[in-house]
Amino acid sequence: MRTSGNWAVEILPDKRVGAGPAPRFNWRGSVPWLGSPMPSETIELRGHIIDSLILPKVLDQIIARGGTFKIGEIKIGENRTDQSFARIEVTAPSADALDELILRLRQHGAEVMEKRSIQLAASPADGVYPQGFYVTTNQQTFVQLEDREIEVEPALMDSAIVVDRAAKKATATKFYSVKKGMEVVVGHHGIRVVPLQRSTARADVFEFMASNVSIEKPKTAVIREMAREFKRARDEKGKILVVAGPAIVHTGAAEHFEKLIKWGFVNLLFAGNALAAHDIENALFGTSLGVYLEEGSLADEGTQNHMRAINAVRGAGGIRQAVASGLLKSGIMYTCVQNGVDFVLAGSIRDDGPLPDVITDAVEAQKAMRAKIGGVTIAMMMGTMLHSIAVGNLLPATVKTLCVDINPGVVTKLTDRGSFQAVGLVTDIEPFLRELTDCMEANR
Amino acid sequence: MRKLLLCPPDYYGIEYEINPWMSRARGADTPLVQAQWRGLHEKLLSLGCDVHLVPPKPKLPDMVFTANAGLTVGKKFIPSNFRHKERAAEAPLFADWMEKDGYEIVWLPEDQFFEGEGDALFVGDTLFCGYKFRTDVSAHRAVADILQCLVISVELVDPRFYHIDTCFCPLTDGGAVWFPAAFDEYGQRTIRDHVPNLIDVVEEEAAHFSCNAVVLDQEIVLPEGAPILMKSLGERGYRCHPLPMSEFLKAGGACKCLTMFLPQRESASSF
Repeated sequence: MRTSGNWAVEILPDKRVGAGPAPRFNWRGSVPWLGSPMPSETIELRGHIIDSLILPKVLDQIIARGGTFKIGEIKIGENRTDQSFARIEVTAPSADALDELILRLRQHGAEVMEKRSIQLAASPADGVYPQGFYVTTNQQTFVQLEDREIEVEPALMDSAIVVDRAAKKATATKFYSVKKGMEVVVGHHGIRVVPLQRSTARADVFEFMASNVSIEKPKTAVIREMAREFKRARDEKGKILVVAGPAIVHTGAAEHFEKLIKWGFVNLLFAGNALAAHDIENALFGTSLGVYLEEGSLADEGTQNHMRAINAVRGAGGIRQAVASGLLKSGIMYTCVQNGVDFVLAGSIRDDGPLPDVITDAVEAQKAMRAKIGGVTIAMMMGTMLHSIAVGNLLPATVKTLCVDINPGVVTKLTDRGSFQAVGLVTDIEPFLRELTDCMEANR
Repeated sequence: MRKLLLCPPDYYGIEYEINPWMSRARGADTPLVQAQWRGLHEKLLSLGCDVHLVPPKPKLPDMVFTANAGLTVGKKFIPSNFRHKERAAEAPLFADWMEKDGYEIVWLPEDQFFEGEGDALFVGDTLFCGYKFRTDVSAHRAVADILQCLVISVELVDPRFYHIDTCFCPLTDGGAVWFPAAFDEYGQRTIRDHVPNLIDVVEEEAAHFSCNAVVLDQEIVLPEGAPILMKSLGERGYRCHPLPMSEFLKAGGACKCLTMFLPQRESASSF
């Protein structure tokens, strides 16, 4: 059964996180954990910098030399004899470029601020951060540890930063991983958050989807561009993560998804019990939630099929075992196993079964997902609100995140909960995946 | 009556090279030096100025350029911190003289280069300061703190015009004579924004240091070689007094460099 999709491109607000220029999603941005940090210095300007046009001159010079700036503080004198003040964070493409730029800015009176080291406090107990702990974002973050700046890894939101002074390491650490006595960053000194770089290149699909006119764009062009991005990620050895809900199976989109897996466009699958259960139900009985996907008609006692499917896999000992024994011969999970695509299935209270592969401890499931997301460059989330938000919380802002759902609220929720980089497409999943695979087939 | 400070050129000569005008191969003609300086001294006296002389010192050939000694406002004297070590010894001599003359001496921090009236000229109650070649922009800030006035900092970009008084000359009517190309585009915009009635000097005349003029109400003492500028000034009602300055041009100086106002302005505020 094919659903005639009602297509629209969802417009997402250009959200701001923290101070500074609004981060824009840049599809061709740096790869998380692989990108080199942009060196920066903080300068201060004082004097009659407005009347003398020193401030605009300094800002112009930063831009002209390929740098970027963020004005941290500005005070403009009220009376004609009052001096003004500006504190500016200057970032340049390389350390040498920064040195040269700062040298030039010094001529115009810029004073370079001494970098302040972070403040640390010991965790009072296992699983408890010290008072005043710094809460991380999903953006690239650096901490100044004495005379050197180190990157916090991974770029993980809603964590604290644990610092190992001897090893010169800073780690974004969840509650459950913090142990009594670990040194945790408190306050805001010595922390530098690098907003996503504004793209100066031609606006790509994600640039214009974030623009106000995106609703006017033809969907085919959007999907064609996405297909190109997937191909680029695969060819450049990026890692593509798919987060999927059971709607993929219900809407009959599984066959398209299986093609993506076979063609190497999926490296990692995160889902819940339901996707796997209904996929296996379909593989074993031809139904999803008791509905024959070929005809759209109800099977006799079809609502029991998913329970029988779960039982069969439980009997086999797990999905991989079911594939090995020849019980499971088709479907998404089968294709994943056959193509070596790693998966994490995370459970929830309402799950039937669950399948033996499902991790029912939420913390353990989160740990398993975190252990696998290193190197992910693209995340495509389809037809699942809770898994999308959960995975969104684990991803660095540099991961290009696409959310496809028939419900516009899903995308809005995802971005509201911190994954501001996500862009959304409001559509049925089946026509979306069909068109995406058609595009990919054309130039795979 | 304007009170001025000059220094006789007894030890003047081209003994080092610290700007593009100076060449030890092209020394000054001593009798001509004396004659040109006397010409200036007499002209200023004849225009009714109260001219004081600071005693010259051997081995300080540029002491003759008194405008670079510091900046005088009211009874405050801010001595220069010369960028080149060749001139550094001038500063305490001028400070001593000024202190004896009753001025309060306010030193700038040692690490901020500042070359006095050479790089600091008032237009009304706004102090225009040049920076880069000789004076640091950080010194402008310190001067603004001391004088509590608006200081406009402008970047100099042509090494021939290394002090602001070589390319910018405020006039009594609130306007100024200037050579725009000596400033960067921000400086040019700033000056145009703040100074009405600007008179542009053509490059050939600017190269004769025409902007390096002593303005005494309607009388302007300037180096000869600026017929176009003199015509413009004449049309504005100024009387020009051109003087031969060839021997001082060899060191990158002329009438204004040889003259310091005591004070340049009675008060930094408009009251």
